[in-house]
Amino acid sequence: MQTAMNRILVAAIGILLASGNAFALTAYVSNERDNTISVVDMDQMKTIKTIDVGQRPRGILLTKDEKDILVCASDDDTIQIIDRATLQIVGSLPSGPDPETFALRDSGNPLYVSNENDNMVTVIDVPTRKVLAQIPTGVEPEGMAVSPDGQTIVNTSETTNMAHFIDYQTRKVVANVLVDARPRVAMFKHDGSQVWVSSELGGTVSIIDTAKRAVVGKINFAVQGLRSDVIQPVGIRFTKDDATAFVALGPANRVAVIDTKTQKVEKYLLVGQRVWQMAFTPDEKYLLTTNGLSNDISVIDVADQKVIKSIQVGRLPWGVAVAAQ
Amino acid sequence: MSHFGGMKRPNRNVRNGISRRHAVALLLAASALPSTARADEPAIQIGYIRSMERHPTISLLDKPTPNAGLAGATLGLDDDNTTGRLQGQSFALIDVPVHPNTDVVAALEGLATKGVKLVMTDLPADAVLKLADAGRAHGMTVFNLAAPDDTLRQQDCRNDLIHVAPSRAMLADAVGQYLVWKKWTRWYLVYGSHPEDKLLADAYRRTATRFGAKIVAEKLFADTGGSRETDSGVAETQQQIPRQTQGAPDYDVLIAADENEVFAGYLPFRTWDARPVAGSAGLEPTTWDASSESWGGTQLQDRFERLFHRQMMPLDMQAWTGVRMVGEAASRTGSSDPDKIMAYMKGSDFGIAAYKGQRLTLRDWDWQLRQPILLADGRTVVSISPQPGFLHQVTELDTLGIDRPETKCKLQ
Repeated sequence: MQTAMNRILVAAIGILLASGNAFALTAYVSNERDNTISVVDMDQMKTIKTIDVGQRPRGILLTKDEKDILVCASDDDTIQIIDRATLQIVGSLPSGPDPETFALRDSGNPLYVSNENDNMVTVIDVPTRKVLAQIPTGVEPEGMAVSPDGQTIVNTSETTNMAHFIDYQTRKVVANVLVDARPRVAMFKHDGSQVWVSSELGGTVSIIDTAKRAVVGKINFAVQGLRSDVIQPVGIRFTKDDATAFVALGPANRVAVIDTKTQKVEKYLLVGQRVWQMAFTPDEKYLLTTNGLSNDISVIDVADQKVIKSIQVGRLPWGVAVAAQ
Repeated sequence: MSHFGGMKRPNRNVRNGISRRHAVALLLAASALPSTARADEPAIQIGYIRSMERHPTISLLDKPTPNAGLAGATLGLDDDNTTGRLQGQSFALIDVPVHPNTDVVAALEGLATKGVKLVMTDLPADAVLKLADAGRAHGMTVFNLAAPDDTLRQQDCRNDLIHVAPSRAMLADAVGQYLVWKKWTRWYLVYGSHPEDKLLADAYRRTATRFGAKIVAEKLFADTGGSRETDSGVAETQQQIPRQTQGAPDYDVLIAADENEVFAGYLPFRTWDARPVAGSAGLEPTTWDASSESWGGTQLQDRFERLFHRQMMPLDMQAWTGVRMVGEAASRTGSSDPDKIMAYMKGSDFGIAAYKGQRLTLRDWDWQLRQPILLADGRTVVSISPQPGFLHQVTELDTLGIDRPETKCKLQ
């Protein structure tokens, strides 16, 4: 099987496409300093191709149909569209200045983009590639999340230190929730009941009740032998059953495993340096983490809660997206 | 009349002095910036008594701009207002440029009549103290943005005086920790003849004692008033500096204490012995460097350059931080009352994110802002102190400067 796969991979990609469901399990990693995307074959657990993209690629995700990769080319003030089949850039979205991260509504449209330099969230209609709205939020908008029911969008702003709740219909900010210093990532639980917000400098994760729009809990971290100021929470992921949360702790080089019921950290997994964003494989067997300073991604076996592999990618890997097929 | 300036560098400030016309143009430019504040409540007013005295610098690259400091404060105000808009708060900056021989207390009284209670200033230590004392009657708090004098944090400390600028002791400790970490522990201390240089030299002597370095030799460089680089200057300094640094016992690094930019900039690559330079040239301790990109620094640099079309300098960072401290305390308290803002800022929950990788907080024994210090070579950030291995039971940041047990400050 492995040899067969290797042979297929070195064969012309066009043939592969013709055969339909022929993608290996593939992860795409944005390399902020290399202006590239690493294509990682998860069966071989190695980088098989590097795609040149725009400047300072950061946020990365797949379209709902998984045909395209979207990547924020922050310093080019655009979002590039990459065709997964050909790995060619086939277009761009009018993201507004300095797009850093984004989130797609579950239906696949629209796309919500944080414009870090512009104190705005830009709403983009993906099929027509048009801007639908620009919503002013706080200073240095960063994390973006859409609630599972699609009715609420949350944006965090790093210098204002708030999670801004935006109504889907009116596209207006309807609530601002103060959190600890430098909020980075917002992530809804799959059941939509809570949104968790990581604060890089505060060193905490705030648990916000979606209905109350208020902080109802806070998670602190402590790693023996590490100064508290190197524990800087960034990426957050929930397992599909919402029972376990993983939080990337930046320069602490660890991922915290949290029981969402008790809100207690159960374990710290040692990964690469400056762990940033994370993504599950679709079967939830693995969790991948981007490690900005060691230029690799760590592969965590989710069931065993063990780091099983690190895979070399480009320089300063920032985000990761995994295709279901 | 209370004056400031004038005592330090005769004949030098005239050429680089900023005219009133420039200042007005600058104010207009600043007021044209987009303001998104909502007028639900009266604006939180922040005064800025701003020195217009400009000293020549050794490198043209370091030449102070007319809006030095003001640009940083303006961006900080923008950030405060973007945040404040979401809570129905708004902020206003009242810029009061003062020229040498201006009555600074009168400038402060002018702000008091407008009801301003929070006042930033980048004036030197003696003027800062006058402002703090005069402001007390009006319930004002003064934010010291620039004066590094340890006396302001020690015997001359005041309860209504917040130090955003790091002290000389902090800056010297930041350099010293790195040199000790490098195991460059034999120092050749070269200091200037101005009073500030002597204080800075004292700070380096203290640092050496604290961290186990040895000052193997000292030398005074007198300011003879003729050390600016001109057409023939390159040849002159090439001849002079080696000769003047000759004959030192074996040392690892030369430390320059030259706050007025008389000679330090000429030391690197010109010393008699092939040794690196740190302090006022070479590896310099600073609150900000235009090359700093860690912890979101790139975003701040981008925002700043877009507004002001130049690089962000340390004084801009100090002013940005001071104005943001007010904004952050207002945001956390939800109040526009300066007294409530200051009560929160002086409490244990206060901290400000300033692109340094950790929250900056206030030392409650002298109101000095705790902060990491960047060590920059003019091209990159070489390191950031405190250094690994310099431990502290409360926070490693308190390994920089005067710690609680050593303080002579009695806040009142």
